[in-house]
Amino acid sequence: MTAAVPKLRIRGLRKSFGDKRVLDGIDLDVMPRTSMVVIGGSGSGKSVLLKCVLGLIQPDAGVIEIDGQDVLRMRRADAEAARARIGMLFQNGALFDSLPVWENVAFGLLAQRRIDRRAARERAGEILAQVGLAASVGELSPAELSGGMQKRVALARAIAAQPDMMFFDEPTTGLDPIMGAVIDGLIVDCVKRLGSTAVAITHDMASARRIGDAAAMIHRGKIIWSGPASALMDSGNPEVDQFTHGRREGPIQMELRR
Amino acid sequence: MLDLLAAVGRASLAACRFTGQLAIFGLSGLSHLLRPPFYWRMFGRALLEIGYFSLPVVALTAIFTGMVLALQSYTGFARFSAEGAVASVVVLSVTRELGPVLAGLMVAGRVGAAMAAEIGTMRVTDQIDALSTLSTNPMKYLVAPRLLAGAIALPLLVIVADILGVMGGYIIATFKLGFNQAFYLKNTLDFLQPTDVISGLAKAAVFGFIIALMGCFQGYNSRGGAQGVGAATTAAVVAASILILAFDYVLTEMFFAR
Repeated sequence: MTAAVPKLRIRGLRKSFGDKRVLDGIDLDVMPRTSMVVIGGSGSGKSVLLKCVLGLIQPDAGVIEIDGQDVLRMRRADAEAARARIGMLFQNGALFDSLPVWENVAFGLLAQRRIDRRAARERAGEILAQVGLAASVGELSPAELSGGMQKRVALARAIAAQPDMMFFDEPTTGLDPIMGAVIDGLIVDCVKRLGSTAVAITHDMASARRIGDAAAMIHRGKIIWSGPASALMDSGNPEVDQFTHGRREGPIQMELRR
Repeated sequence: MLDLLAAVGRASLAACRFTGQLAIFGLSGLSHLLRPPFYWRMFGRALLEIGYFSLPVVALTAIFTGMVLALQSYTGFARFSAEGAVASVVVLSVTRELGPVLAGLMVAGRVGAAMAAEIGTMRVTDQIDALSTLSTNPMKYLVAPRLLAGAIALPLLVIVADILGVMGGYIIATFKLGFNQAFYLKNTLDFLQPTDVISGLAKAAVFGFIIALMGCFQGYNSRGGAQGVGAATTAAVVAASILILAFDYVLTEMFFAR
């Protein structure tokens, strides 16, 4: 019997900006069709980790494998093709404010020449419905939407190409608790419906428990704990316990600057 | 003394780095013009923004410049009883120098700033990263169409500026200074050579490319939120204006030096 190949496998990932080492040998496995939540404090390297996997930042060293293939060492076109199968929800939505909502949602489909503009507009309406928005929202510009609606549109854009892996960067940041729960619910539904593998980074514990099957904590550029998401609040790891319970006292010393 | 040398060295290195980065950015943008896909819709938008919407400001600048030029040259030539040279001075000054340079400076202020602000905002709100995750090369989508539109739109604007600048001189010369209308027009056409107009249009194409290049480069590399976008906008206008004046000298030397 052969062991299952992780959908995403990261080994020894390092990245520094000048003298500051942000990622210091990250090792992480995400198994197919699981939702991995990566938690960690501000500036711990969570977003840099995602950007390295997405190819937006070039790491200094390490291995990033998607479906067993090292995207850092494959031909550029092949790496782009592998990454095209990843959907990404950015922290602030990152909607294109010069385009109407429908074109934002269908942008990836149009870019990959999968569909013409008329069909894209119809498809965008269907995808908007999947995230609980009326098709008429497609005619609005992103600036006319509330924060919660912008997040839904960004989620619709992320799932439009039916990716087999999805990344979520702080999906509930800036939302009220009810809207945060709604977005988390939509994320769980979309990931299940598409049969995707998901990686979410967050420091919202309620969101982490709702989204994740598995969890890992990043601290000072390293993964210091990983396990089932259900064990997050009672991990037995002093750093994780301090973080998840929001205690001031503990092994993690926050840098205070005046 | 050593501090002074160190400061000069640092500034020289920074200037070299900037020049190298700008050259690579420009060549990369140009290379994307030669490789599909080409975003015609973005090209059309940029052409409209640079060309059509700059028409009023370029037209007003040209017509008043022509009027002032006729007045000033008449004042000077009248001292030597050479008033007949007014028409030739106006038409040569406008077509060779003032048309392209003033149109370039006005467009740099209007469009260069807008480009830097738009692309800079896209950078700091993760929209450029979002493009990459949606199978779209930001250089191909944002930069290449603008570079081409700049190089095409400015010569078109300069044709209008040339006509209106000469017309401004004609209005002042005939209605205020008492020149014979047919005599003024004959003088204008007698002194005008095709190379005068063509050299002005060639300059305009270079200036248009420079404006788009600086707007895109500064916006693309902006960092640090609203302040960074503001700084990029200022830098784009200042750098484009200086480069227009510097290249005007170089191109004049190329076209007209004996």
